[in-house]
Amino acid sequence: MSALSTFLLRRRGGTGWHWTDVLSYIWLALGLFLMFGPVLWLVVSSFKTPANLAEFPPTFMPLDAQVAQVQGYEQPLPLFRVTLDDGSEKILAQVRRVGIMAQMVDPENPGTVIRVPIDKRTPVRAVNLATENYAEPLQQFDFLRYFQNSIFVTVMATLITLVVNSMAAFALSKYEFKGRAAVLGIILATLMVPLSVIVVPLYLVVNSLNLFDTLWGVILPTVATPTGVFLLRQYMLTIPDELIDAARMDKASEWQIYWRIVLPLAAPALAVLAIFSVMWRWNDFLWPLIVLSRKEHYTLQVGLNAFSGELNVQWHFVLAMTVLSIVPVALIFLFLQRYITAGIANTGLK
Amino acid sequence: MSTITGERGGQASSLSSMLTLPFRFLMGVLNAPMSFLQRRFGIGGMGAVFLAPNMLIFSVFVLIPVAINFAYSLTGGTAIFFDDRHFVGLGQYQTLLTCSDYTTPSTCLQDAFWQSVHNTAFFVIAQVTVLVLVSLGTALVLNREMRARGFWRGVFFFPVLLSPVVVGLIWKWILQRDGLLNAILMDFGFERTLWLAERSWAMFWAIFVSIWAHLGFYALILLAGLQAIPRDLYEAAMMDGTGRMRTFWRITLPLLWPNLLVVIILALIKAVQIFDEAFVLTGGGPGTSTMFITQYIYETGFAHVLRNLGLASAASILMGIVLVGLTALQLGVSNRRARKEAV
Repeated sequence: MSALSTFLLRRRGGTGWHWTDVLSYIWLALGLFLMFGPVLWLVVSSFKTPANLAEFPPTFMPLDAQVAQVQGYEQPLPLFRVTLDDGSEKILAQVRRVGIMAQMVDPENPGTVIRVPIDKRTPVRAVNLATENYAEPLQQFDFLRYFQNSIFVTVMATLITLVVNSMAAFALSKYEFKGRAAVLGIILATLMVPLSVIVVPLYLVVNSLNLFDTLWGVILPTVATPTGVFLLRQYMLTIPDELIDAARMDKASEWQIYWRIVLPLAAPALAVLAIFSVMWRWNDFLWPLIVLSRKEHYTLQVGLNAFSGELNVQWHFVLAMTVLSIVPVALIFLFLQRYITAGIANTGLK
Repeated sequence: MSTITGERGGQASSLSSMLTLPFRFLMGVLNAPMSFLQRRFGIGGMGAVFLAPNMLIFSVFVLIPVAINFAYSLTGGTAIFFDDRHFVGLGQYQTLLTCSDYTTPSTCLQDAFWQSVHNTAFFVIAQVTVLVLVSLGTALVLNREMRARGFWRGVFFFPVLLSPVVVGLIWKWILQRDGLLNAILMDFGFERTLWLAERSWAMFWAIFVSIWAHLGFYALILLAGLQAIPRDLYEAAMMDGTGRMRTFWRITLPLLWPNLLVVIILALIKAVQIFDEAFVLTGGGPGTSTMFITQYIYETGFAHVLRNLGLASAASILMGIVLVGLTALQLGVSNRRARKEAV
């Protein structure tokens, strides 16, 4: 016995167990449960029918009541497992329910109606994914529209961010001109001043530019990110000036130097900024909430919030649309996790 | 700060060549106008040309609003446009700051504002303390030798990428009356609790959920700090027979301290601005028990029928002062760290 436990608990390096080892495993297990559990529950729940969702206590798997076509009845009838008077169990279809009695028929012998007390029957159910939760809101409600709006905002904002931020970073890292220190100072000073502090005047500016309730009103205020300029500049400083001087000797124009030499060399930093920008813009909430007022202009986040805030929350739709809104982010995470984590660890940006 | 991934070219460039396809098209189109500008201003003038687009957008949507914010907070009335508003001097600040007893929000002229200040203060202290401790714990665990470290890092990190709305909805779904949590607890014989309808529980869950959403981010920064600690220090400590706790207090914590300080300040800056998750989760309720300053600004200036933009901008400036202070602190700390590293 002791040989077995020694074998099982043997660790690399031959040292014994320390209480911190135990604590680490508990921490990891708890982390797995607490971090993944809620998202798993969201995904599972999003495949449940409204009836299944309303159940308490909830079932783990999405279950759906089974129905059967019975000869002589137009509608499909729900199936029940019934304990009969003689103690045997049988699967019957329910025709109708009157008070505490249910009228049931045997699907194989639909001629005779059997009367059964309702507490003697339990519904027959099987795992069934309610994919209509996903299909319906996309057709009936404006969710497809919200998706398009969010994609438009994310793509345009990211493109513009990359272009203008990298140009500014190029200027701030490779040119000497008057006021450069002042511009850098301003950018540093606003690095952390959040949108929430300037929403009121920003609203006024957007309003007077006739951008209120437009997607451009959401996009433009977010594109000149000080964080992006700062990140790219720090990276471009590491590009040797000799490269640029050599290109000038070869009669390359400044613009060509920028996009043929500097940008390709700054690709890792641009990739990090692109990933961040996509996540920022896809997840933005407060500013779109303020700028967009007509429903057809809503982004996904604003639409989800409005939909879940309604008096009768249609949870089956809300959950499905929430899952859909996670998909792009989940893809980014799966494929680009290394870049994101390296980017955060090295810059402390989010 | 100077290198991002440490690997230029390679995989990164193939990835970005895909991502930047429309980008390169745009570059080609801009070639002609930029050559014209270079002939016009010369090589030296191109710095300003490259800077111009970003600074133009930045000025219109950041700098000018910052300036207007001050002007706005000095005016009153319900009109949107500046010309139609009347000057009230420091009146809005006076309205916000008038209290007979600052510890009791109900004695204040703007009781909702002070309630939100109290809530935010409580939230910041509780959330940042627990968040930093949990992130430190997670970073320490992830720094151990283990299999599938990337997977475990992902487990703790992925909520960082979720939008606040999604985070709020996920937890709202679990905490609702017939939600998963009540089902589990009632299975163990506990009473059903309306988690988001009881004042202290609503605050608890606002704090819990924001920690859940952000701990991966801070753990990652701390993990990078832990991995930068030279291994030979630990080997030397082991040679001397130093215990694990002593090693932690004498080596790990002092060397991690600069990172920890950055994490604390970043967490403070984020916590002061808390809005999205809490807003989706509780909507500020029950009553005003989870209403935070940003939500007060939003409600006063935008959601309320009688939009009081002057009051909202005065409140946002008060919050901005706190944030600028914290940001200055953060830049100071990271500058000192950079200088130390340079030495």
